[in-house]
Amino acid sequence: MTSRNALRADAPGLVPPVIRQAADITAGGQLLYVSVGVLLGIVFVKSEVLSWYRIQEMFRFQSAHMYLVIASALAVATLSVQVLRWRGLCAIDGEAIAIQPKEMTPRGARYWLGGTLFGLGWGLLGACPGPIFALIGAGVTSMSVALLSALAGTWLYGALQTRLPH
Amino acid sequence: MMNLLREPWPWYIAGPLIGLMVPLLLLIGGKPFGISSNLRHLCAATVPSGIPFFEYDWKREGGWNLLFALGIAIGGLVAVSVLLPDGYTVAISSATQQDLRALGIHDLSGLVPQEIMGWQALTSRRGWLTLGAGGLLVGFGSRWAGGCTSGHAISGLATFQVPSLIAVFGFFAGGLLMTHVVMPLMF
Repeated sequence: MTSRNALRADAPGLVPPVIRQAADITAGGQLLYVSVGVLLGIVFVKSEVLSWYRIQEMFRFQSAHMYLVIASALAVATLSVQVLRWRGLCAIDGEAIAIQPKEMTPRGARYWLGGTLFGLGWGLLGACPGPIFALIGAGVTSMSVALLSALAGTWLYGALQTRLPH
Repeated sequence: MMNLLREPWPWYIAGPLIGLMVPLLLLIGGKPFGISSNLRHLCAATVPSGIPFFEYDWKREGGWNLLFALGIAIGGLVAVSVLLPDGYTVAISSATQQDLRALGIHDLSGLVPQEIMGWQALTSRRGWLTLGAGGLLVGFGSRWAGGCTSGHAISGLATFQVPSLIAVFGFFAGGLLMTHVVMPLMF
């Protein structure tokens, strides 16, 4: 377990991250990742979950749409992970399937503090990172300003990381 | 079939397809579904900083995920050009329409309100706050929390992780606070 945790790219804590030595991706593999992304981008648009209006509707409890999308996504994800584990399947490139756990921190500070700040941004911008990319592709080019701001926010976190409670 | 191409997709099609991202990425290369890490990879790729958090082999670690994000953008383009009628309006509830008008947003057309998120909105206070502060909080918060809606609310909860549950509570607390307290003061 410790070795698995040590391999996490996003491990909490103040040490520089130890990078997981992933296998180099083949050209076919690259195309697969792009294709799966294309599918998700289409779903984001067609289900309107990338819409600022839908996010507002969700936080105002005025429609079940977003809640049902999230709940059914979660149900399918949970079931599939159970099936993958039960079958003991490997990835097609031979890499073992392992879901790296999010590490609990002493008071979970990073999760509720970071989570609340993220939520404030989600409520205002009406888009989380996936929809930001989808909206830019969908021609809402002003979202590139939001992407640049999000990169600035990410950079700021990196700069302040050692001073923030985790 | 034509209906699926022109009409919005119901939750029972969209939700399961989003959920399938988790096993698909695991099967393709043992990758975890999580999109906000791309913000870190992009920082590592572009800004020379000397900050330990960005000192890693982003290509090797995040190359697949950046390709995935590129795909998401292409998917957005495909959907809008082929699968969405012109003059598209999101069919939100009348209660929400009423609330948004009360907030001073009158044009409810398009995927996002141009009055606060279009290029011309950047000259207004609520416009640059939405795109600027909103984006900043999304980037800062997701990295601090170690994940966003995909990484915590879908991948994390699907694997029964307590940290993700805490983070998701935070996401909703923050969103509610923004919607019901901050936005009425700000807009």
